[in-house]
Amino acid sequence: MKILVCISHVPDTTTKIQFTPDKTSINANGVTFIIDPYGEYGLSRAIGFTEEGKQAEIVALCVGGAEVEPTLRKALAIGANKAVRIDAPAGDPGYVARQIAAYAGKEGFDILFTGKESIDFNGSIVPGMIAELLHMPFVSFATSMALDGDDKASFHREIDGGEEVLETKLPVVVSCQKGIAEWRIPNMRGIMAARTKPLEVVAPVEVVAYLETTGYDYPPVKGDCKYFPADQPEELVSTLFQKGLI
Amino acid sequence: MSVLLFAENASGEFKKPIWEAASYGFALAQKMGVALEAVSVGQVAEDELKSLGSYGVTKVHSVSSDELNSFVNTAYAAAVVAVAQASGASVVIVPQTYNGRAVAARVAARLDAAPLIGVVSLLDPAHEFEAERSSYSGKGIQHVKPKRQVLVVSPKLNSFEIAENQTTAEVVSFSFEPEASSLDTVVKNFIKASEGISLTEADTVVSAGRGMKGPENWGMIEELAGLLGAATACSKPTADMGWRPHHEHVGQTGIQIAPNLYIAIGISGAIQHLAGVSSSKNIVVINKDPEAPFFKIADYGIVGDLFEVVPKINAAIKQARG
Ligand SMILES: Cc1cc2nc3c(=O)[nH]c(=O)nc-3n(C[C@H](O)[C@H](O)[C@H](O)COP(=O)(O)OP(=O)(O)OC[C@H]3O[C@@H](n4cnc5c(N)ncnc54)[C@H](O)[C@@H]3O)c2cc1C
Ligand SMILES: Nc1ncnc2c1ncn2[C@@H]1O[C@H](COP(=O)(O)O)[C@@H](O)[C@H]1O
Repeated sequence: MKILVCISHVPDTTTKIQFTPDKTSINANGVTFIIDPYGEYGLSRAIGFTEEGKQAEIVALCVGGAEVEPTLRKALAIGANKAVRIDAPAGDPGYVARQIAAYAGKEGFDILFTGKESIDFNGSIVPGMIAELLHMPFVSFATSMALDGDDKASFHREIDGGEEVLETKLPVVVSCQKGIAEWRIPNMRGIMAARTKPLEVVAPVEVVAYLETTGYDYPPVKGDCKYFPADQPEELVSTLFQKGLI
Repeated sequence: MSVLLFAENASGEFKKPIWEAASYGFALAQKMGVALEAVSVGQVAEDELKSLGSYGVTKVHSVSSDELNSFVNTAYAAAVVAVAQASGASVVIVPQTYNGRAVAARVAARLDAAPLIGVVSLLDPAHEFEAERSSYSGKGIQHVKPKRQVLVVSPKLNSFEIAENQTTAEVVSFSFEPEASSLDTVVKNFIKASEGISLTEADTVVSAGRGMKGPENWGMIEELAGLLGAATACSKPTADMGWRPHHEHVGQTGIQIAPNLYIAIGISGAIQHLAGVSSSKNIVVINKDPEAPFFKIADYGIVGDLFEVVPKINAAIKQARG
């Protein structure tokens, strides 16, 4: 079977986000970039299938410029067989989803893993768009996935107020939530092997932009903290009452 | 032209995310000088459908058929698309719930619309619908301009006030039969999370971290949450150590929330934790370390030992309530 893992190239979770002086993009100076953590769950789950005895080719895909290649190499070090970079800017989910759908539609995959949400754009939208464009079922917020033969799968997924257990036929688009797998740390052998694994650069298909980013700002800063004495927390309680907060 | 709201129901009822989205949709429709309509998919009683009139919805297109009784994102999205096309909607508002996100994505793809997800400002029709949206896990605000005539908009959860705008909602049934191929997932079972208030919908959240020393000490946290009608949350390590259930874990890798009041007890305020809670409107921090980073974004703080402070707070609330 063929498994596609869509990963995006995002600032490490500990990054203090700073924008360039003209506020048109983030200032990447000194920022460590990583595989988006939820997309990485998909990669781990895919590798898990091969360990469970499935024959599978795992392709890691990222839409982005040359700067994303180290992130793709990391996916190869963790265990993807092949990496693909669609040479186009990220950040416009309508555009990105159509690039991924064009590639995936041509190649034919049985499972398309994504993260539930990227931690940069935070749209939680690319995966569902890919599913719609490819006429596939979409299981979002998957917390577990098991294959049932070669053409079916069962899932647990997170929803408001609980968990849903569901089944679907393959091919399917899955967006991963915590629980579906554990992140893996690449070992030395993986890192060595990654150097020689294929990383293919694919030209984008023509798509007119859906969104234009005109700039960034910092979120409003919180006001100064008002402190209350530890031995009289009643004062905090009465303030919260007065403000109608409790 | 109209603004169309996807009024997602939860077991036949509309809840807070829908009222928020409707209030947002109404404000936008006013600015555009058009009507706010809604589409409901699945079994919802007439009175419940009509209740959307309280939030400015003038017309509710009700799509119901036996096959649509349980949620399937492909079929539900197809129904929303059919209503959007029939009613000539130029903006489709979708609540940013678990299932809403999947519907928003499919509807945007099908309508070739520009998606504006997690918006934190009211779109400005006078300026090409320019919008602000939350990005970098709450660490940035992105200004975007949509480049299509049709928009799919999801206001960020808990970011807009619910506003009542009494009008009469006319309910019309919209005939729609889902294609067999769109019923592409089969729900086998639903496992209800343990009783309690849903974290993403709660107005008040009481959250605790490693400062609690052990799971046996959570009684006072639960008592405080009970007194305030609040949901409980926790930091990642406490969930990882099994002190608390995983569904309570908030932050970058947990649930992102934006309640009206967030009370953080014995949590240091690591950047990944803040990524999930910094949009809360009011933040109270109780921590014995005056240098704890959480105080930097707090509105109210107590520097002290939580084991002394929290019981006193609980007692004071009980006393104030008589
Ligand atoms: C990739 C990644 C993702 C992560 N995602 C998340 C996430 O989603 N959510 C999350 O929460 N964390 C996340 N973390 C972990 C995060 O970095 C912190 O380690 C974590 O938030 C710390 O939890 P804590 O505040 O409970 O514990 P600590 O940092 O140990 O803080 C405990 C606090 O309690 C205070 N305290 C101790 N005793 C008392 C007392 N008696 N009275 C009052 N105060 C007391 C201490 O002063 C301290 O500030 C992530 C980390 C990584 C690397
Ligand atoms: N530029 C990209 N390249 C590859 N996959 C992406 C890209 N952007 C988003 N994705 C995938 O879509 C998921 C959700 O992203 P988003 O819709 O931006 O929240 C991510 O976790 C990735 O799996």
